[in-house]
Amino acid sequence: MSNLNSTSKKAVGRKTSGLDKVLRVALYTVLIIVAAFYLMPFIVMLITSLKDVEEIRTGTLLSLPASLHFDSWSKAWSSACTGSSCGGISPYFMNSFQIVLPAVAISTLVGAINGYVISLWKFRGSDFFFAAMLVGCFIPFQVILLPMAQTLGWLGIANTTTGLVFVHVVYGVAFTTLFFRNFYQSIPSELVKAARLDGAGFFTIFYRIILPVSTPIIVVTVIWQFTQIWNDFLFGVAFSGFDTQPVTVALNNLVNTSFGGKEYNVDMAAAIIAALPTLAVYVFAGKYFVRGLTAGAVKG
Amino acid sequence: MNTKAANSGSGQTQSGRPARLSLADWMPKIVMAPTVLVTLVCIYGYMIWTAVLSFTGSRMLPSYKFVGFDQYERLFNNDRWMVALSNLGIFGGLFIVICLFLGVTLAIFLDQKIRAEGAIRTIYLYPMAISFIVTGTAWKWLLNPTNGLEKMMIDFGFENFKFDWLINPDMVIYCLVIAAVWQASGFVMALFLAGLRGVDGDLIKAAHLDGASTFTTYRRIILPSLKPVFFSALVVLSHIAIKSFDLVAALTNGGPGYSSDLPANFMYTYTFTRSQIGLGSASAMVMLGCVLAILVPYLYSELRGKRHE
Repeated sequence: MSNLNSTSKKAVGRKTSGLDKVLRVALYTVLIIVAAFYLMPFIVMLITSLKDVEEIRTGTLLSLPASLHFDSWSKAWSSACTGSSCGGISPYFMNSFQIVLPAVAISTLVGAINGYVISLWKFRGSDFFFAAMLVGCFIPFQVILLPMAQTLGWLGIANTTTGLVFVHVVYGVAFTTLFFRNFYQSIPSELVKAARLDGAGFFTIFYRIILPVSTPIIVVTVIWQFTQIWNDFLFGVAFSGFDTQPVTVALNNLVNTSFGGKEYNVDMAAAIIAALPTLAVYVFAGKYFVRGLTAGAVKG
Repeated sequence: MNTKAANSGSGQTQSGRPARLSLADWMPKIVMAPTVLVTLVCIYGYMIWTAVLSFTGSRMLPSYKFVGFDQYERLFNNDRWMVALSNLGIFGGLFIVICLFLGVTLAIFLDQKIRAEGAIRTIYLYPMAISFIVTGTAWKWLLNPTNGLEKMMIDFGFENFKFDWLINPDMVIYCLVIAAVWQASGFVMALFLAGLRGVDGDLIKAAHLDGASTFTTYRRIILPSLKPVFFSALVVLSHIAIKSFDLVAALTNGGPGYSSDLPANFMYTYTFTRSQIGLGSASAMVMLGCVLAILVPYLYSELRGKRHE
């Protein structure tokens, strides 16, 4: 919208000074206040996690700790009680990785191939099927919870990491297919036809022509899936066993377990730890994160 | 149609004589087969399964003794469900309206050639990267009456400041709204900002040459052209609202009592901890109905729009 400003400045060029400056200052003030609103919870969490229990009781949310206490962090990591056991959230943190990594890899790969077929190897009914699949992005998962729980039982993977990977792949593929399909739509189908005339097969074309240009959409999809699955709670709480819980479930248990006094500093440290991986992704690859969000929303 | 042309074209060799069906012709269908199967079973099959269960008297284990609409009748006579449903109305309505308002406003503000726009945008959007469980945990601490905001304001000198929404059955639902808005409004801002950047610059120039003020330009030209963005934001937000489960679990756990339950939490509680599978399934079907009521018009207008292109 740079146009807007340059033209408006030209149009009213003479009286830019007084009112405009006031408005400008007001605008920045509002933006900064709003930024403070978004930042505050995180800052409070961080401050709280570095205080000891006594300071939390006597101080206020924003009062700084007299000295930094990292005990709550180590306790949250390795010895806090999360309902059934008292080994901190570290084992569950690892569980989350064990669930997320294969689930992201498989769902991205399947999505890429589906997208490739739906946009460049259309067959009768493939468009219809794609539409039917999109519904999968939108259904409230409550509708499938119970049947899925039974199915996992029959397959013998109830309460296992494998089971959770399976569930996340099944309900993630709709999104990944959508992402890849939209991306591959822009590839001219003549390219595929020409390659076929030269004798290239389905996978050769995918591997040699399509995959090399897919890096941006792969990054977007991986980030989207990573965030979604890492942050999942519903599937985690419904389908995991005591020792296969993802970190979100463990965090919730930790916060809601109260043996003796409430240790808010430990709660906050655990919450930050649970949020770190996705926050790191956001900070280092924010551009792709936003692209995934908007792509998922606008087209989904 | 495209599909047929592509297929018949590919089934022929250069000389025009039909080739035998090669593996390559089957390959697309073979690789899609697992997804098709899984979609049919795990989305549509399960939907039907849950629908069937909602008409049975299932309690702890699924049974297939049909009881007609009994579960739905019980559901709508269940006070807890009615509370959850009206909570969804309050929560969803406020959450959507506030997010849209904040999102549009912030997007327009950020669109004024702001210095450090990137940094500010990053700050507004980061909550979207974290889990609702983390959000709930953070706000639970901020809003708790003994040590949270209330105490901070009192220590600042506002001695009569009272902020006990989290433990007040009449107000607790607004705590959910605050936390959810905090998490999702930056996302709406990002959607609209992307939309604003896509508006045709010539249109805006023309409006200015005609003497329209910045305000008028936004109101009469730019915002109306963002209707599609508005629409998708609406769909995504209502979708988040209907599915909200984790936020309640972490922030209030439905309490005090069941005053902050949402349908998703009701469904989970009755199905998995109260052994009322039939009732839980009926509530899931009502949730599905809500989503479809929003989704079908949306998809319909999307598809119609495509045809016009």
